[in-house]
Order: sequence, then C-alpha cells, then structure tokens
Amino acid sequence: MNDASHWSIFVNAALVNNFVLAYFLGLCPFFGISAKLETAARMGGAVSFVMLVASVCAYLINLLLDAVNAPYLRIISYILVIASTVQLVEMLMRKLSPATFRAMGIFLPLITTNCAILGLALFQTNRGYGFTQAVTYALGAGAGFALALVLMAGVREKLDLGNVPDLVKGIAAAFIVAGILSLSFMGFGGLGR
Amino acid sequence: MLGKEVSSTDEFLKGLWRENPVFVQVLGLCPALAVSNTAINALTMGLATTFVLLMSGISVSALRNFIPREARIVSFICIIASFVTAVDYVIQAISLELHRSLGAFIALIVVNCLILGRAEAFASKNSLGRSVLDGLGMGVGFTVALLSIGVIREILGSGSLFGISLFPDTFQTWTVMVLPSGGFFVTAVLLLLVNWLRNREVEAEKQSQEVAS
Repeated sequence: MNDASHWSIFVNAALVNNFVLAYFLGLCPFFGISAKLETAARMGGAVSFVMLVASVCAYLINLLLDAVNAPYLRIISYILVIASTVQLVEMLMRKLSPATFRAMGIFLPLITTNCAILGLALFQTNRGYGFTQAVTYALGAGAGFALALVLMAGVREKLDLGNVPDLVKGIAAAFIVAGILSLSFMGFGGLGR
Repeated sequence: MLGKEVSSTDEFLKGLWRENPVFVQVLGLCPALAVSNTAINALTMGLATTFVLLMSGISVSALRNFIPREARIVSFICIIASFVTAVDYVIQAISLELHRSLGAFIALIVVNCLILGRAEAFASKNSLGRSVLDGLGMGVGFTVALLSIGVIREILGSGSLFGISLFPDTFQTWTVMVLPSGGFFVTAVLLLLVNWLRNREVEAEKQSQEVAS
C-alpha cells in the first residue's frame, strides 16, 4: 500500500513526471496528431477518458489476479481490457455524438496501442496505489498528456509559419521542440513532494 | 514492391538502413527514448525487442492461414503479449538490477507499434523464412538505433561507456543528456544526420542517372 497524498500523486503525474515529456509514453500520437491545435485537444480528451476507464479496470483485474494468484497473466489481460475499452468508447461515441466520432477518425482505434495507457495501468500496479489513488493518478496522467499535446500543437502551428530549413522540417523539428518542452517541464521538479 | 523478387539478404538488410524502424519509419519511439540513458539499458531493450519481434513473426507467419481476418489484431496482440511476459520473467531471472532500471518498459514492448506493425504488414502475408529474416533485420536495426542513442547519451551524460569510466575526473558531464530532454535532442540530431545522408544518396542517384542518359 502506497500512502502518498492525492494532491502529490496528481501533480506528480501531470507535471513533474509528465507521461510524454518525462516517461516518453504515448509518443506516437504525440508526434502524429500534434500538427493541429483542434485535433490535439480532442485527442487529449479521448485519451484522458480511456486512461480513467482503463485505470479502474486495471485495479479490479489486479484484485482478481491476486486472488487467483496468477500475476503472469497481468500484461495480457491488461491489454485485452484496454482494447475492449477503446472499442466500447468508439461505439458509445458513434451513438452519442456522431460528429465528434467522425472528427476523431482513425485516431480513436489507435488509442489501443498508445503505450501511455498500458504504462499507466502497469505503473499504478507497481506502486500499489489504492482505488482513489489510482483514479487520481489516471486523472493527473490524462491532464498531463492533454497539456503536453496542446502545448506541442500550439508550437508546431506557429513553427509552420516560420522559415525552417528543409532538412529540419517535420519530425526532426518536432523532436527539438519536444526536447525544449521537456527541459521546461524539468522546472516543475520538486513540486508535489 | 509488387511482383519484384527481393533477395534474402536484402530482406535482412533493409531493416538496418533503408527501412530502419527508428530513424526512417519513426516507429517504436517510446522505448527507444525512455531506456536509452545508458548503453547497457539500450542493449537489453534492443535484444528483448528483437526476440519478441522474431518469435511473434514466426508464430504469426506459421498461423497466418488459421487466424480469421476479423480477429487478427486481437490474436496478434495475444501472441505478442505472451512472448513479452516470457521476456519479462527471463530478464528478472538474469539480473534483478537491470529489471529494476528498465521498470515497466519491458512490459511495454507489447504496445511497441513496430512489432504489431511488422506482424500485420509482413509476417501475416509472407512465408516463415522471410518473416524470420524480416524480424531479425528489423530487430537488429532497432537495436543499433537504440544503442547509438544510448552510447551518445551515456558518454556525454555520465562520461562512461557500459559503466566503465572514460574520462579523467575533471570531465564536466552534460547532465542534460541523462535527463529526458537529452533523449529528444540526441534523437533529433541523429534523425537530421540520417535525413542528410539519405538526401545525399538520392541526389547521387539522380546525378548518375542523368549522366547515364
């Protein structure tokens, strides 16, 4: 059992150990979808939601796996739950809000292979978080992911207007921007201890 | 690629340079950056990924006629997850210290898009032999890329290589290289280098064609 306070868990997940900029999780959507501010914000929202659901599911599965003493099934059951959650979110979204569903397009199913979500489930298990702690952790991680994605999209929209050498354009420029963002997030170190 | 015979050596070599997973296809970045702060971590991660890539390639290729199309992604993920679990326990058995420093990233090989990508794009459509070559080539390419990031970061960030100190005590280490942002910067520089070399290759080819015609 971990006895960290909820506030420190949240700040840690969102800022100090930001999933994208400190743990390098979820880099594929981070670079793939951060070209436009609008889609970046939507993606951030969707990922945060799946994180929350996945975290709750992972907590329950872990109780079950501990009860039957089968920790070696952890990875495989987590990934299956995440895949079905994403499927569920997809179906719900199609039913409730077809417009958003169409705007998200292919990015929605791709959330399954977003390592930030499996990473979240594994980290919360490794640290032995309780139920409310796990939920707080998921909220913080989701907020941090959305924040990083939106910041990155803002910078890249501006960068498009600038005069960038051909060689650097595209993915290399995005990496340099991410490096600088990551450096500035280092400034949060020491918060939420 | 359609209808064109690709030689076996080419199948292997393409993963090293022409279709290098990290620097050209930009796949599997998360583990590439997260564990490349020291060379030994990078090497372990590279070998673990190569093993999973090879074994899942073999299984997917062998079972490709039995897996129904609709359920293929889920089946692939289950196959990959089984091998990853095995690797996770093997590394834990070999060195607990290494396992601790890699943390959850071994388990995260499951969601490395490179592996699912190769299973879907190559192993599910090609024979066993070719899938083995492809898996090995991609794995070695991934390991080389990871190792080159890891070596640069460890030399500059800690002044050592594989834990052996390289410089006298007066060497001022670049702390930023060990930090996460160092991973982004080193990768950016390597990407630039690869881009530049590839551009030169293309230019040279164009010129030689012009000369010929």
